[in-house]
Amino acid sequence: MTSPFVQPFGDEGLGDNLLNRSEEMELNFGPQHPSTHGVLRLKLKVDGERIIDCYPIIGYLHRGTEKLFELHPYFQNVPHTDRMDYVAAATNNLAYVGAVEKLMGLVVPPRASYIRVLLCELQRISSHLLWLATHAIDIGAMTPFFYTFRERELILDLFEEYCGARLTLNCMRPGGMPHDLPVGWIEKCRVFVDGFLPRIDEYEGLLTENRIWKKRTVGVGVLDPQVAIDYGITGPMLRGSGIDWDMRKTMPYEVYREVQFDVPLGKNGDTYDRYLVRMEEMRQSNRILRQCLDQIPEGPIMAKRPRVMKAVKDGEVYHGIEGPKGEIGFYIVGDGTPNPYRCHVRAPSFINLQSVPELCKGALIADLVAIIGTTDIVLGEVDR
Amino acid sequence: MAGLLESVRHTLGDTLFYWAFSPAIKIVLLLFVGLLPLISYLTFAERKVLGYMQARLGPNRVGPWGLLQPIADVMKLLVKEDTLPIQAVKWAFILAPGLVVGPALIIFSVIPIGPREGELGHVNWFITDVNTGLLFIVALATIGVYGLIIGGWASNNKFSLMGGLRSAAQMISYEVPQGLALVGPLMLAGTLSLVGIVEAQRDQHVWYILPQIVAFFIYLVAGVAESNRNPFDLPEAESELVAGFHTEYSGMRFALFFLGEYANMIVVSAVATTLFLGGWLPPFPHLLPGLAVIPGPIWFALKAFVFLFAYIWFRGTFPRYRFDQLMDLGWKWMIPLALLNIFFTGLIKLWVSGGFH
Repeated sequence: MTSPFVQPFGDEGLGDNLLNRSEEMELNFGPQHPSTHGVLRLKLKVDGERIIDCYPIIGYLHRGTEKLFELHPYFQNVPHTDRMDYVAAATNNLAYVGAVEKLMGLVVPPRASYIRVLLCELQRISSHLLWLATHAIDIGAMTPFFYTFRERELILDLFEEYCGARLTLNCMRPGGMPHDLPVGWIEKCRVFVDGFLPRIDEYEGLLTENRIWKKRTVGVGVLDPQVAIDYGITGPMLRGSGIDWDMRKTMPYEVYREVQFDVPLGKNGDTYDRYLVRMEEMRQSNRILRQCLDQIPEGPIMAKRPRVMKAVKDGEVYHGIEGPKGEIGFYIVGDGTPNPYRCHVRAPSFINLQSVPELCKGALIADLVAIIGTTDIVLGEVDR
Repeated sequence: MAGLLESVRHTLGDTLFYWAFSPAIKIVLLLFVGLLPLISYLTFAERKVLGYMQARLGPNRVGPWGLLQPIADVMKLLVKEDTLPIQAVKWAFILAPGLVVGPALIIFSVIPIGPREGELGHVNWFITDVNTGLLFIVALATIGVYGLIIGGWASNNKFSLMGGLRSAAQMISYEVPQGLALVGPLMLAGTLSLVGIVEAQRDQHVWYILPQIVAFFIYLVAGVAESNRNPFDLPEAESELVAGFHTEYSGMRFALFFLGEYANMIVVSAVATTLFLGGWLPPFPHLLPGLAVIPGPIWFALKAFVFLFAYIWFRGTFPRYRFDQLMDLGWKWMIPLALLNIFFTGLIKLWVSGGFH
């Protein structure tokens, strides 16, 4: 690989003396490293602390999920999606069941749709909270970790009350929802929604205007908008570079047409802007939650669906939604049997991860952890 | 306090009394009654204070309110396997933790936690009063760095090596402003002896934090950097370098590094207390003379704990600086500021003493 990295002393006629000589070192960053967010391995070529080259190696968490999809009927595949982005199970579920519904031509009743949006926005907040916690602790700020986990706990409690699980939710079915909301759930959710905004201000009070935080993030890992598009980057990373693309607005699904929210955008595409975008997204998710809680209608939660679901022969479909980390989509091919013939996942973490070598060239090792943190990858989704 | 000692002397008799307060005994007392328990309970205090700052409880399982936690920790570290990596440079690997913790503990021999008890002969609230005390401290503090560099290098691990290199760069950048910051109080007191500096503050009726506020803050920042604590904990930076220079250490050897870090925190707090906060002197001697009833060592401890609390507070608040930003701060800001401070201190001293006429 060639690299645009320029030697600090250059070849400006200083000669080959000891001062100018530097040796490159190979450094294995991961797979067991505290801040690679799992089992990512980066082969780095470093000159002192400066990164000359970076080569990500993935596959340490590969479990063959896409193959597993082919071995089970459509409705049994939902739990597999939980285990891809394991901190955002609800959005994975929604992307998968959305694709199946498109393939089968099922129409989801409005109440189920509202419940889905409620769960997905809660999930987006919880995923962003986890991102903030790990990102901050990577940069050395320890306290936000505990604050965000305090609120994440409340969201997980809401999930637990709805479907019994806290992390791997398995909370959606093709055609609707498995359960109606439990009695009192809406009130409990409202308590969370009302209390959450001051909490975001609390996190921002610790970080946003903190001089050290700004020094560590402003201008670090700048992602050029064109580069972002070329790599196919989506989600907060893309919006941090100033490109207005949010699947909830541009290709609305479920009930996102019926709620008001803004899409926050960054200007410079650096780590700090991506941080700001995600913080604002939590506020907007909170806004969506509030509207959903007010608007949710009564009614059935499951569409009329055949007992055994079979896709038409050679039916193929792609359905993407806006997950917390970017566009998560499922491409499913049916062959007339109850099992999918092929299922491919467009995993945002995997595609966003591709930009890491680009972002960290010429950066320091300390910047690398900031960049990995702000890419917000989950290795379960990268490797699948 | 003098009265208490006097009655002890009457009970014991002179020979036994002076033997009991000989430097050797004092060192033992300082180490095993003073420092080691203090360090282990400082870790406990840190975890508790951080816990409350972070909306959790901190250790509360071992003993009442978790009070036996440090003892459990020490026991665990003592019985843990002490691994020696095959590729490590053996002698240096073993030497390094000692180099960190030794000098940090030796520094306490010159720190006065209380006044001279002149009427009782040689029984003072310090082990020795060296007339070059301040230089002695600076010199010993420098040795500690070798421990980190040697430990990082001897482990034969790339992350450790980077940690060692970072600590070398950091220490060089911060020892200069720290040394320069010490010059301010030194010029005001006119002595290098730490006891002398506190006595000068008593005689001049001012704690040097007031005239030397710039030096105080420079010393504080450099001290945090010196003891490798947040936001300057780059040499160990667990999210970047796994654990930096002590990645390969385990068991009691790791504990020694840990001990050294906390001992250094206490050293910096104690030196700052001595130089800038009047050591063992009670505050407001004229307004509130009653405060003198409380013995000097307690005042000293109270002041030092303010710094120790600040250390923990920093850890709860700040992210970590980056390597180059840290050097920027040291060379571009703190060293020029410290030099200016010396310059103006000199000018003002000259002006006060009428040197301009």
